[in-house]
Parts: sequence; structure tokens; C-alpha cells
Amino acid sequence: MTILNEISEELQMGNAKNVKELVQQAIDEGIPAKDILEQGLLNGMGVIGGKFRNNEVFVPEVLVAARAMNMGMQILKPLLADADVKAKGKVVLGTVKGDLHDIGKNLVKMMMEGKGLEVIDIGIDAAPEKFIEVAKAEGCKVIACSALLTTTLGVMQEVVEASKVAGIRDEVSIMVGGAPVTQAFCDKIGADIYTEDAASAAEKAAACYKV
Amino acid sequence: MDIKNFKSGEELYNEKLKRVHDCIELKVPDRVPIIPVMQGFIPFYGGITLEEALNDYDKAEGAFDKFYEDFEPDLAWDPVLMYPVNAFKTWDLKWMRWPGHKGLGPNTMYQFLENENMTEDEYDELIFDPTSFIASKWIPRSFGNLGGFQHLEKLRDSLWLGFFNSFFPFSTKEMQQTFDSLIKGAEQMSAWYDFLARYSDKLKQKGFPVAWGAFAFAPFDMLGDTLRGTTEILFDLKDRPEKVLAAVDKLTPIAIESAIRGAAGTGRKFVWIWLHKGIDEFMSDADYKTFYWPSLKKLINGLIDAGLTPMLYGEGKLNSRLEIMRDVPKGKVVYHFEYVDMQRAKEVLGDVACISGNVPNSILHFGTVDEVKDYCKYLIDNCAKDGGFMMDTGGLLDDAKPENVKAMFDFTREYGRYL
Repeated sequence: MTILNEISEELQMGNAKNVKELVQQAIDEGIPAKDILEQGLLNGMGVIGGKFRNNEVFVPEVLVAARAMNMGMQILKPLLADADVKAKGKVVLGTVKGDLHDIGKNLVKMMMEGKGLEVIDIGIDAAPEKFIEVAKAEGCKVIACSALLTTTLGVMQEVVEASKVAGIRDEVSIMVGGAPVTQAFCDKIGADIYTEDAASAAEKAAACYKV
Repeated sequence: MDIKNFKSGEELYNEKLKRVHDCIELKVPDRVPIIPVMQGFIPFYGGITLEEALNDYDKAEGAFDKFYEDFEPDLAWDPVLMYPVNAFKTWDLKWMRWPGHKGLGPNTMYQFLENENMTEDEYDELIFDPTSFIASKWIPRSFGNLGGFQHLEKLRDSLWLGFFNSFFPFSTKEMQQTFDSLIKGAEQMSAWYDFLARYSDKLKQKGFPVAWGAFAFAPFDMLGDTLRGTTEILFDLKDRPEKVLAAVDKLTPIAIESAIRGAAGTGRKFVWIWLHKGIDEFMSDADYKTFYWPSLKKLINGLIDAGLTPMLYGEGKLNSRLEIMRDVPKGKVVYHFEYVDMQRAKEVLGDVACISGNVPNSILHFGTVDEVKDYCKYLIDNCAKDGGFMMDTGGLLDDAKPENVKAMFDFTREYGRYL
């Protein structure tokens, strides 16, 4: 087994310490940071994401895999910056104004990072203008909104409207998700993407960055 | 429509309660009972804000009266879900936000925040003496104005002459401020209880059985919801599984005792168990069978042994748990489902338990009357043959189109008739 496969496998098992050591070893062996990232860490997260979507693994397994990835990234990040390796794309992600639930959002974040995307997490209770402001400033092509309550769903429509007012509607894909959200609701408010689960959300977001 | 004008309150009350009991006992009732758990919908329908409903009991009462007058469900909720937020404010409750509080708008529903109120290295302390941990750690961490409780751990030292030490903290200013806050909030709470008691009597006189006798939580959820937090407890399943099991074990008799005590207080027998962390995504079936179900089953059986009826309210997806949930005494519990394949739920559970729920809040919120009727028809056709099904919304209902909610009631009354 190559060391990159080993990183991927250890990551899938959530062995953070081993992942960290193996990433260091790979760096010492002169393997390019980009390869360690893509063929090691992201490969492992990709497998976990697929298994999560297929109900073969569950949130605890995703959590420990993401923790292992973060441990690897701590070492890898400066080298990626030096080598000018950029994220595959940027997403602004938040739970909409009035809504304080973040478990689903955080899971989506882990999955998106596992797809090599940079996620700018604007947290909970995020105003529509905040999504737009960050998308513009950071050049995000994807705006991802989460809500758990029917009393806050309407704010998602405000995000869509705000993107029109700001003149960026055609430049961004607006994703919506959360327990009460459906495809019909997504269509109704004129958002672009709805997915049922976090792993699919990450795939759709990554697809927005494919040429 | 029930011909209420020709029946006394007592007759209506008995008729509704029998309908529900028949259904739970897996006998065929006269029609499918309608038992939705209404949360924000009642204030919205009554034309008041959620903030008003939580703070002004006269306005709340008007809204509740209007709802019951117009909808006539088979089980009725007094305003217990309109929590006593003025007491929470007095105590500075940290893990909840409500309409008009700390930036939430007047019509944004209250929400629970998950704080890590027990750290990963405190499991042993909880397991050693849960009462002391709850009193001296969880309470002061949960309520900003009840900081004095942190000294109560010393009460354990009171035996024999230990009281020289253990009573000392009561002399401190901090403890006295804590007591001032505690008493003020308790008085506010007492006014709220008076309102609930008065309204429950009113419901009964009008012919509505009150839906709840007590609330309970799965022991795993007690640990996950209030002490550790979702992410933390799911990490714990991997990092310290034996501690989780020991803590859940310790909390199980507390869960049973608390529910039995609650039901004795109200004199009513329906115990609602709000299920949270055992959903499909949160753990494998193997983990569910290890960490979640055994203690929940003990709670269910403990309540049944005490003559109570567990109403298990599943929030989220529970498709993979249905087979495991079969393991309960026949005709003694209700399983409410938010998102499951109800046809399969009926197949798997139909011979042991009454099921309810599943009318999607999303359809009630932004669907059409026809969509609501179609969905209710699907549920009655697939789940209500020979009883064993009660009509209910998927989740606690906040804002929804009144005509959609009306359609759920009217359609069920017509189409859900057995006789």
C-alpha cells in the first residue's frame, strides 16, 4: 500500500494521530503537498462521504474522519500555501437569520471541506446581506443556506432576493437545506440547489466549480 | 364535524378519550383520532405574536380558545408549550432563546441552544453522584443567575458534624442573590402553572382530554441534549463509549422517576417522550442497539409498569429503527413519526403499537389543500386499517396555512370514519 492510500485508509477509520504522522512522513519523503491532499486526505473523505450517503457510515464516523483530516491539514496547510495550491472553490455557508441551529450546517461544512472546497462559515442567525457581502468579497460561486424552522424558512427567499438586488444572482448558485426544506420549496423561492443530505450537498457544491 | 352542540362536555370528553384509548389498545375506534401537537400555530391562528403568547396569558388564552373552538382535536394541549419565559429570564437561562429575547424577532419560534454543560472529563463525576452534578454543575452553568448552586456539592459532606462546612456557603452574598432569583422565578413559574391548571380544567369542561401528563426523555438524550451536546456525544461514542454507557445507565432510573413524578403531579397518564439523538443519521443500528435503545426500553417499560402510556415522539428520520422498536408490550405505547416510510412503519409495528404523525409540516406550511388531503388519504389508506393510527403533523406545528390545517382535520373526520 502506498503511503497516500494509507493516509486515506487511516482517515476513513478516524485515526487522527496516525493521519498526522503519515502526512508528516509523506512530506518528509518529498511527496508534493497537492498529492497528499488530493490522493490522501480528500480521497479518504470522498469515500466517507459516499458511505454516509449510502447509510454505511453515520455522523460519528464522519466526525472522527473530519477530525483526522483537520489534523493532517494543520501540517499540510503552510505547504499548500507555499506551493500556491488553491481550494477548488469557495462557498459561503450559514444558518439564516433567526435560526440558531448549526448541527446540519456543520456537517455540510465538513463534507464540503472534504471535497476540497474552502468554506466561509458565517455561523448561525446570519442576515441575508451577510451572505451576499461575503460572497462578493470572497468571490464565492456558491451560497449555502441552512434552516431548521418553518418560521425562518422565509429568510432563504430573502437571500435569493438580496442576491438579485446586489446584481450577483447570475454569478452564484444558491443552495438551500435543512429539515423542513424540500425541492418544491427550493423551486418556489427561486433557489438553485436542494439536496436531502450533507454529502450530496457537498457534491453539488463542488460541481458548481467544475468547468 | 362533531355535533358538539348536542353533547355535554363530559360526553365529548369521554368520547374523545375512548377514541384515543381504543386506538392505542389496537382496537377499532369510531374514527381516526386527530391529535396534532400544536406549537406556534395556535398564536399565529389567533392573530397574536409568539412573543405575546409567551408573555401575556390573557392573549394566549384567547388564541387557545379560538383554536379549540374551530378545530376540536381529540387530544388538546394546554399552553404548556408556551414556556414560562419570564422565569427563564429571571434565572438567565443560557440554553434557550425565545421570541423577543436576545435578538430573536417576535414571531421567530423559541430555540434550544446546545452548550457543552458537561465536559468530556466530567463523566466520572456525573456517574459518581448525578444529583450532585446536576445541582452543583449543570444548574449554575445553565442559569446565569443561579451561580450559588455551585457550592451545593458540599452538601454531600453534611453527615454528622460536616454541616459546619456544608452550610457555610448559604451565608455568602452570591448564594443569597441566587435564592432571590430562584424565589422570584419560582413565583413567576407558579403563576404560569396556575394558568395551565386553570386552562386544563377549562379544556376538560369543554370536552377535551388534555394531551400530556408528563414529559420524559430517552436517557441517551438526557446526556446528549442537555449535558454534552450532539457533536460531543457523537464523538464520545467513538472516544469513550464505556463512559457513555455508564452515564446512560445512571440516568435511566432518574428518567423513569421524573416521568412518574410528573404524571402524579398532573394526574394524567400520557407521558410524551421526545426522541432526538437516535435518528438514522446519528448512529449505526449497532450503536443504536447498544447506546440508545436498551435504556429507552427500560424507560418505556418502567412507565407502563406504573400504569402510564408512553407517547414516543420521534423527531427526524427513524426508518432503520422500526424493527428494534417492535420490542414493546402490545397496545401500550404510541409511536409518532416525523419522517419515516409510514407504510413500512405500519407493516413492522402495526401489530404491537399505534402509530401517528407524518403529515409533513412543509405541506401544511406552503402546500395546497389538495396536497394535504392527498397526504392524509395516503396515511389513512396505508396505516389506519382496523385502527392503530392517529392523525398528527410530522413535527410540532408553527406557522402553516389555516386552510391546510383545517383540511387535515375535516378530511380525517370524513374519510377516517370506521362506522
